[in-house]
Amino acid sequence: MFKFKHENLETNAGILLVATMLAISIGGLVEIAPLFMIDSTMEKVDGVRPYTPLEQRGRDIYIREGCYTCHSQMIRPFRDEQLRYGHYSLASESKYDHPFQWGSKRTGPDLARVGGKYSNEWHVQHLIKPTSVVPESVMPNYPWLLTTPLNYADIGDRMRALRITGVPYSANAEEYQRNVAQFGEAVAKTLHIPDAQKNLVAQAQEGNYDGDRTNVTEMDALVAYLQVLGTMVDFRQYKPEDLVKYR
Amino acid sequence: MAATSNPATEQYNFDIVKKFAVMTLVWGVVGMFVGVYIASELAWPFLNFDSPYFSFGRFRPVHTSGVIFGFGGSALFATSYYVVQRTCQTRLFAPGLATFTFWGWQAVIVLAALSYVMGYSQGREYAEMEWPIDLLILFVWVAYMAVFIGTLMKRKQPHIYVANWFYLAFILATALLHVFNNIAIPVGLFTLKSYSLFSGPQDAMTQWWYGHNAVGFFLTAAFLGMMYYFVPKHAGRPVYSYRLSIVHFWALSFMYMWVGTHHLHWTAIPDWTSTLAATFSIMLLLPSWGGMINGIMTLSGAWDKLRTDPVMRFMIVALSFYGMSTFEGPLMSLKDVNALSHYTDWTVGHVHSGALGWVAMISFGSLYHMIPRLWNTQIYSVRLVNLHFWLATIGVLLYITAMWISGIMQGLMWRAFDDFGNLQYSFVESVAAMHPYYAMRAIGGMFFLSGMVLMAYNCAMTIRQGQRAAQAAPAVALASA
Repeated sequence: MFKFKHENLETNAGILLVATMLAISIGGLVEIAPLFMIDSTMEKVDGVRPYTPLEQRGRDIYIREGCYTCHSQMIRPFRDEQLRYGHYSLASESKYDHPFQWGSKRTGPDLARVGGKYSNEWHVQHLIKPTSVVPESVMPNYPWLLTTPLNYADIGDRMRALRITGVPYSANAEEYQRNVAQFGEAVAKTLHIPDAQKNLVAQAQEGNYDGDRTNVTEMDALVAYLQVLGTMVDFRQYKPEDLVKYR
Repeated sequence: MAATSNPATEQYNFDIVKKFAVMTLVWGVVGMFVGVYIASELAWPFLNFDSPYFSFGRFRPVHTSGVIFGFGGSALFATSYYVVQRTCQTRLFAPGLATFTFWGWQAVIVLAALSYVMGYSQGREYAEMEWPIDLLILFVWVAYMAVFIGTLMKRKQPHIYVANWFYLAFILATALLHVFNNIAIPVGLFTLKSYSLFSGPQDAMTQWWYGHNAVGFFLTAAFLGMMYYFVPKHAGRPVYSYRLSIVHFWALSFMYMWVGTHHLHWTAIPDWTSTLAATFSIMLLLPSWGGMINGIMTLSGAWDKLRTDPVMRFMIVALSFYGMSTFEGPLMSLKDVNALSHYTDWTVGHVHSGALGWVAMISFGSLYHMIPRLWNTQIYSVRLVNLHFWLATIGVLLYITAMWISGIMQGLMWRAFDDFGNLQYSFVESVAAMHPYYAMRAIGGMFFLSGMVLMAYNCAMTIRQGQRAAQAAPAVALASA
């Protein structure tokens, strides 16, 4: 009969390697793998849609500047957070977030529902010089956002990369029709890759995020992104018990 | 040349160890300087200078990558190559590959830092490197694996020493974590930008499985490997308990991988993952303290060294901080405590009590032991080592005390209600209240950094002294002949 001795492991590099590999593999498998399969990970709610080309470029800038090092985008289900930030964040609200930006630190406030809370003018002013509207702020100034034209030449490539990850941007008529069925025609148009540049410029001009319709700046994109955060789901449609079972 | 004076330098490949040891000091100074700088930006925001390149958000990953991968990574390469050769009593397998790991790894750190300030980031904490750098890391890591495992295979000792188990677990786990956390679709072949394959909760789970195990394996298991060689060696005593080392090695390797989700308590992930992670986090206290006890008790019978030998003091204080932060960690993983501590500076303080108190201090102790031996000389100045010890200890204490106060204060201010049930403080009042503690933290960091600079100077002088002696040795030999 083979009798196990720890000596077998420590005198044989191969066996030690396999045993260690086994020991370190189990935890991740048990906790992560099911999340890709279990239905209860995501709430079924209406309204969540992929970002428009302009919003997505704003999100890229948010990541580029490392905003997540000081701002979370994840409201926890506590009374104080409800009062300060709004309804707790749902998993499905970040289902098109590649990567997620929930963050781990609030040197500044949570931004999960900052959309619509302040005017575009406030955001522009605040990003150029935060202390001009919030004197105690320790946030850096971002004046270059207003003066740097947005590079949107590769927006199609960006959307195609996101499409590979599973974001339903449409590359052809068939996918476009599917988006019309899922999101409605107005949204589906903004998700169509061949029209991305046109849509991006149109949204920047119509939204007038940076206060200047004649050009598309990085400020336009970032403010467009900030203004959509947390606004997609209409919580009046849902009762608490509809959502809490997913937690 | 001076080969006769030190047989170990012939028997082993010390050249690669020397290179990594020197870069450990360089990245220590650079990474900690950037750390002090960004800490100062939070205390005195004018330091951002309206510049995209030095703004906190882009500069912070330069600090984290610089200290974790530059300083910590180089220290691990140096010590693992040293330890595996000495305990297996054989030269490194594939010296060419080992040299590649050196240049490859240094390139990773430099490219990462440059790409961050240029605005390229995956937006994943501690894994901000974009895909081409991730690929380079992968190649370096495969080479490292080959060198390390190859050396284990050709050992002249029947047993694989316990330090090598920990190094092995660290190498394997880091490979696993790195690959799965960095799966991304590049926007194009000629751009650094990419999007992660996963999104939302799955992405969060993967990221914090990586994030916490970077702590668990990169910053804990590997440094325990370091501890298991250098503490007994420096104390001149055998490891306290062989049995304890077996039990805590397997328990640590198995349990760490379950606990990452405690970074996501109360977020939009299923509650069961969070509960499971908290449970394992509590259990993890036992193997963690197993390591601490095994290290500290190794000194039994030689306690007097603590009074006389500042290198030993570095090691024992490191183990004490390890014990403290692995107690604090499970505490913070309790959901009710986490509700207060999460998103606050308390987390930052906790990380630094581990990173400065444990990781950096055990590295300092090990390097002070190893560097004189690599260059076959004595440490240039024991008094400077002693001064470094006090600067480092005072620095850590200032840092974590500041973060405890600010973290708990933030947590309490955010959840405070007035008599009418309204929020008592606006968010920005909590920001304003942090100022003195952010200044105190920056000062603590300056203490720690100045200790690091002293160490770099002391080691540079030690190396020069060793090189001069090596040059003089043949002359002496000739003269006496």
